[in-house]
Amino acid sequence: MKISNQVIESHGLKLDEFSLIKKLLKREPNLLELGIFSAMWNEHCSYKSSRKHLKNLPTKGKQVIQGPGENAGVIDIGGDDAIVFKIESHNHPSYIEPYQGAATGVGGILRDVFTMGARPIALLNSIHFGSPKFFKTKSLLNGVVSGIGGYGNCIGIPTVAGETKFNATYNENILVNAMAVGHVKKNKIFYSKAKGLNKSVVYVGSKTGRDGIHGASMASAEFDENSEEKKPTVQVGDPFTEKLLMEACLELMKDNSIISIQDMGAAGLTSSSVEMASKGELGIELNLEKVPCREENMSPYEMMLSESQERMLIILEDGKEENAKKIFDKWDLDFVVIGKTTDSNKLVLKYNNAIKAEIPISALSSKAPIYDRKWIKKKLPKIKVDLKKLKKVKFEDALIKILSSANYSNKSWVTEQYDQMVMCDTVKQSGADAAIIRIHNKKKAIAVSVDSSANYCKAHPISGGKQVVCENWRNLISVGSKPLAITNCLNFGNPENPEIMGEFAECLKGIKESCEFLNFPVVSGNVSFYNGTNNKNINPTPVIGGVGLISKLDNPINHKFKKENNLIILVGKTFGHLEQSAFLEEVYSNIDGLPPEVNLVNEKNNGEGILEIINKELAKSVHDISSGGLVVALAEMSMGTDFGVKIDRPKKLTNSIKYFFGEDQSRYIVEIEKNNLEKTAKILKKNNIFFEIIGTTQMKYFEIQGEFKSDIKELYKINNQWYNNF
Amino acid sequence: MNSSVIVFPGSNCDRDIAVALEKVQFKNKMVWHKDTELPKSDLIVIPGGFSYGDYLRSGAIAGKSTIISEVIKAANKGCLILGICNGFQILTETGLLKGVLLRNKNLRFINKNVNIKVINNNSKFLKNYKKDQILEMNIAHNEGNYFTSSDHLKELNDKNLIAFKYCRSDGDVNSISNPNGSIENIAGIFNSNKNILGMMPHPERMIDNLISNTDGINLFTSLIK
Repeated sequence: MKISNQVIESHGLKLDEFSLIKKLLKREPNLLELGIFSAMWNEHCSYKSSRKHLKNLPTKGKQVIQGPGENAGVIDIGGDDAIVFKIESHNHPSYIEPYQGAATGVGGILRDVFTMGARPIALLNSIHFGSPKFFKTKSLLNGVVSGIGGYGNCIGIPTVAGETKFNATYNENILVNAMAVGHVKKNKIFYSKAKGLNKSVVYVGSKTGRDGIHGASMASAEFDENSEEKKPTVQVGDPFTEKLLMEACLELMKDNSIISIQDMGAAGLTSSSVEMASKGELGIELNLEKVPCREENMSPYEMMLSESQERMLIILEDGKEENAKKIFDKWDLDFVVIGKTTDSNKLVLKYNNAIKAEIPISALSSKAPIYDRKWIKKKLPKIKVDLKKLKKVKFEDALIKILSSANYSNKSWVTEQYDQMVMCDTVKQSGADAAIIRIHNKKKAIAVSVDSSANYCKAHPISGGKQVVCENWRNLISVGSKPLAITNCLNFGNPENPEIMGEFAECLKGIKESCEFLNFPVVSGNVSFYNGTNNKNINPTPVIGGVGLISKLDNPINHKFKKENNLIILVGKTFGHLEQSAFLEEVYSNIDGLPPEVNLVNEKNNGEGILEIINKELAKSVHDISSGGLVVALAEMSMGTDFGVKIDRPKKLTNSIKYFFGEDQSRYIVEIEKNNLEKTAKILKKNNIFFEIIGTTQMKYFEIQGEFKSDIKELYKINNQWYNNF
Repeated sequence: MNSSVIVFPGSNCDRDIAVALEKVQFKNKMVWHKDTELPKSDLIVIPGGFSYGDYLRSGAIAGKSTIISEVIKAANKGCLILGICNGFQILTETGLLKGVLLRNKNLRFINKNVNIKVINNNSKFLKNYKKDQILEMNIAHNEGNYFTSSDHLKELNDKNLIAFKYCRSDGDVNSISNPNGSIENIAGIFNSNKNILGMMPHPERMIDNLISNTDGINLFTSLIK
């Protein structure tokens, strides 16, 4: 069959890429080979547009055991314990089929973690929807949340933290990013690099069906009005089988049977076999008639490109097959030797002994195209918002408007659909800041958080990129953990558009700056381009997932006020930066101007000071100040408790709106007992950290003197309104 | 005292319950669903989770599994059986407990802490609680909406076989404090011999103040002699 231009384009390949394929093969590919190239060369698998920029990110550090390039990143948390974690997007499938799209997003990221030998201990997610008024938003929200819950609840891994946000930019391209975190003993980490000739390549897990064919290519193109037709490219998840697969793999990993293991994620059997061979600088030969199939008469093309879920490829040591098969039999899973490693450096696919495809591994990996895409610097907004020119709003009305909005509402409607407690190590569910997960049977814990700041990134990609890393760091600090490393999920529009590529390049520059300064390296991640519909791109949305370490878990801290008559200390300087704030967006729909700038020196200094106060057990509660500013942070600390606040009028107050709603960075609120003031102040002064005592906690009332007073129960009711009316 | 925890494919609270049992010094064994024999046990626990994926009706396949016939035999000889969450669903599927667990009234999975009241503490399971004691426990289920025939409901009430009811923090049992639509706010029941307890809330999640509270521990201390 001669390959026509139309066939090339339907595989998501450009004509010049096709010429390169012919050059590398020194002949025309057949259809199966073309399919394999399309699966390996698409943006999702090859990172062809992003690679050049990604390599600038800091990925090393004393705490890093494994950086990017494996199934997930691995960090050292002391003793013989390590943490494996990664975040990944499942945006396109979730828009087409929200329940399955979100569910398989969770399933995929879990496999990345347990493939490395780790038992998953926590799930997180960052989900972004269109405007609450957009007609599809509610049904998408409903489907995505039940999909995430459906998968995590069934497999029995707690979903402990996340963010749910709304913005018209995601109307026709929602974001569903899922993160998984696992625990592993340092000497029991498994990698995907193949080693040794003539070793058995084993297929385990679910059977292969026709679902998800070309899923990765679908995820590497923009949407248009025909996107609904792509429903068959969305995979269907089976969390029950994944649970069996997880237990079987972890059981097999107890001894030394496995040389290398790789999950079949995007581009299924193709990418898993190519990646193992490529990393091991070997060849691989598969006998496709042996692949367990769910449907009859599946062609090699369909088998190689299926994205059926819950499958793994394992390379076994000699003589270990029988024992390994016993384990998979016990769990009622398929276990079939489908091929072997070779010294040909080629991917050879046979069907009943006839060669169906033969491609040099390097053509699919190292020789795949890499683009230095054109990008332009963001034109920065010069506008300064002048409050006097806006219609005057009462303090009270502004606060209520924000607290009752979809974005700032209490999210228990979402989180109660997730099992947050299974495994019985969830010390603190997120709610705000980070969640705390105990390492089973140990006195230590990790803190985990995911964050994004798309508005900031849109207005000023460098500042935004810098800020979102700091926001994550702050959330980890607020629960008393030492931030160790991050994973990132980079959600952007069409990289072929120089403006979008510019947003990407500049956001990454910002991320790099913060990560370097804070010694907070990137150990894993994922890039999702082409988020947009009919040339309308989403706001740049890098999502940061961070992990911190609590080495002594005696008195875990959270952000809820504990007692009346305690002092409330505001740490960090308040300037009153309103541009890009929740206040302007929610009250005036105004998104002009520059986001607040982060001063990295202050960021680090303030964070380390807070950590010292927490470690010395001086703080009763801590919360970082983020969108919504000081007053929203105070409200979050009050709502759901019996304790409100009495905040004095600031002495040098110029404008109460700016003071209370401004989003200046690197700030925290700390509640302390009065008799601990001296000790606390000493630590802050020693570190040259600016702080002010702004008031005290009190029973029942939330009171900003001269501006606002309300029963906190009322405030809480307002905060629950949006989802209660869902 | 010896306990056995039955592990089905898809069970996911098996480790949590084992931790709770061992905390009060049970000698615990995990029993695989394909096993044909039970170890000597004073207590058998069927843990929470999604046995066989619960793709049919919750607990339906587990109710017909190899090991479950041994559990039924042991139950009929008077062995103590505790079914939590999916375990409760499985017990109703076997007929060891009457009634069914329907989908939650709001048709969503619910995970949160709720208050429950000890209705009858006069049993081996609950003797270390006080009657009418109010507990805070975690629930996590899709199908926790207990329903039964009016005859059986009458029997439950007449013979005092209701173990727990969902209530407010002040103990008031009303529709607002009912998280899932369960008939008469029922959260857990005994069989007529009171050697079997099925309950939707998770006592094994309430044994450690660092994680939650210790309202569940007395259920386990009640069982250990």
